[in-house]
Amino acid sequence: MTTLYEPHYEPWDEARGAEIIAEHAGQEGATLVILHALQEAFGYVPEAAIPMVAQALNLSRAEVHGVFTFYHDFRHKPAGRHVLKLCRAEACQAAGGDALAARAEAKLGVALGNTTADDRVTLEPIYCLGLCATAPSAMLDGRLIGRLDQKRLDALVAEAQR
Amino acid sequence: MSMRLFVSRDAGAVAVGADEVALALEQAAAKRGVAIEIVRTGSRGMYWLEPLVEVATPQGRIAFGPVTESDVPSLLDALASNTPHLLRLGATDEIPWLKRQTRLTFARCGVIDPRSLDDYRAHGGYKGLERALSLGSEAILAEVTASGLRGRGGAGFPTGIKWKTVAQAKADRKFIVCNADEGDSGTFADRMIMEGDPFLVIEGMTTAGITVGATKGYIYIRSEYPHAVEAMNAAIQAAKRGGYLGDKIGGSAYSFDLEVRVGAGAYVCGEETSLLESLEGRRGIVRAKPPLPAHHGLFGKPTVINNVLSFAAIPFILAEGAKAYADFGMGRSRGTMPIQLAGNIRHGGLFETAFGVTLGELVDDIGGGTFTGRPVRAVQVGGPLGAYFPRALFDTPFDYEAFAARDGLIGHGGIVVFDDSVDMRRQARFAMEFCAVESCGKCTPCRIGSTRGVETIEKIINGERVHENLALVEDLCNTMKFGSLCALGGFTPYPVLSALKHFREDFAPIPTTLQAAE
Repeated sequence: MTTLYEPHYEPWDEARGAEIIAEHAGQEGATLVILHALQEAFGYVPEAAIPMVAQALNLSRAEVHGVFTFYHDFRHKPAGRHVLKLCRAEACQAAGGDALAARAEAKLGVALGNTTADDRVTLEPIYCLGLCATAPSAMLDGRLIGRLDQKRLDALVAEAQR
Repeated sequence: MSMRLFVSRDAGAVAVGADEVALALEQAAAKRGVAIEIVRTGSRGMYWLEPLVEVATPQGRIAFGPVTESDVPSLLDALASNTPHLLRLGATDEIPWLKRQTRLTFARCGVIDPRSLDDYRAHGGYKGLERALSLGSEAILAEVTASGLRGRGGAGFPTGIKWKTVAQAKADRKFIVCNADEGDSGTFADRMIMEGDPFLVIEGMTTAGITVGATKGYIYIRSEYPHAVEAMNAAIQAAKRGGYLGDKIGGSAYSFDLEVRVGAGAYVCGEETSLLESLEGRRGIVRAKPPLPAHHGLFGKPTVINNVLSFAAIPFILAEGAKAYADFGMGRSRGTMPIQLAGNIRHGGLFETAFGVTLGELVDDIGGGTFTGRPVRAVQVGGPLGAYFPRALFDTPFDYEAFAARDGLIGHGGIVVFDDSVDMRRQARFAMEFCAVESCGKCTPCRIGSTRGVETIEKIINGERVHENLALVEDLCNTMKFGSLCALGGFTPYPVLSALKHFREDFAPIPTTLQAAE
């Protein structure tokens, strides 16, 4: 179970995008549902999909763009091969999270919110994974890690770089 | 006969290796030819003991923890020969930390299989709904009101009044919305109950539906909680198959359906009107109130919107009666509160108890102080918008009014402990930074005030005109507090002002003349 889960995304394809949009367009208030589904399939929300969503929901392109840009989760380009999220909220700060975040930045050579030059690792802050009693915590490609310390962080970073 | 073991599938347990331990138990048992059955439960909430392994015995469950993969062989040896083991904690129910709690909402969490409707029913599940169906709307409202239950999301608004308003509203459609956008750091009770006892949330929402005449409900869960999303979806499917969702619930004339919607990483969507906007597929921009969601909520229809813990308190109130719930607590804070102990704490986890316990008891006695072993210096109560309290205020009882009287709030019941290495200037700056990043942008005090706040605190940290800038921050906080549309801008001043008030020494050297006078 410690094997790394590597996300596999489809390359952007207009017909496939249209299919995903049509699948969810009938729901009430479907914009977020569709954006989530597109990102799950392609790893990001391609710009070309925005007018397609707008047309399917009878909204303006600006409205859909506005929703897309409001939420931190939605990506306008693919992330690195692995995404390492470090919890940066108060409970993790209290448990030594600041030093660990600085260490991860130094090891990967990028600031939080960026992807390494080789596109291997995207390092992101996350504001609370709800693991506040086993802080500091992190998430590597959907896998949760609690009670993070220097040793465990180094192992995680090495794993993400592989 | 096979041995029954219990290992949590709660995200907090999984994050510290519960899956690996469960797998190692299975493999080691298979190798030895021992028949075992592993039930994946929710968490008991004692996170320093996770991964916790329990074994069923005729005398009840016996607990071991924290168990690692390498402990598995010796654990199986001890179980087979019934000999002592270093990690043995004794009967789970007798562990003092659990025994001194009053678990009304979390009674089943960590005990049952959260994927099994039968297990839920075998442990008293759906008794509340059955009684509700026999009572009818007006009598249910009377019970909920008499219980004294107040919104557990933080605002503390009486649930009975909210429900009554929606029940009396006339509309072709009404909605029940569960706010599971638990974004406050230091809180995880919603996550735990959704993962550990999801049918409880469904039962509470269904009860709300039949009370106010709504046939559709949404659970808005933050995207940071994939395990909770999975657990709620599985439970909804099971409830549908079992006749507890859909048409003619439990054989009655009522219909109610539920759907999970996933947030997208916006903290402000925990604010109820912003959440409704998000559910409608828009930017999570806060709405001005009035109109209240009870009159004009989701898709413009009358809507009950409550926190997970509010809905989760309902089944007990209906099954056991309002008085059984209201008998607990103090003042206007009735019943129990699932309190979450977090951050730099030795015994962190979920502690459900009647209102009235003091902050000092929670942090020092129950929480055991810090895990670093250093002195506790500050605790933040109620999430990123809650005040920082020093030890001098540790006699404050956990109660909505008592915290408000000391310029704080209990919020969603999270307590984050900091040791003496904390720099309160950084915490104050972080509060403003967080507000600046998460502001929806609708109102000026929050949108611009937070950025000016970051800049001004930065100047104080750099030693620029410290006393003038401190006065400016205080003035700015007052503007935000009284001029913001919602709690994000309105409550960000709590952590900032409390840091300034109680930890002034971190911000500015005390003038030498004053030091001399002392």
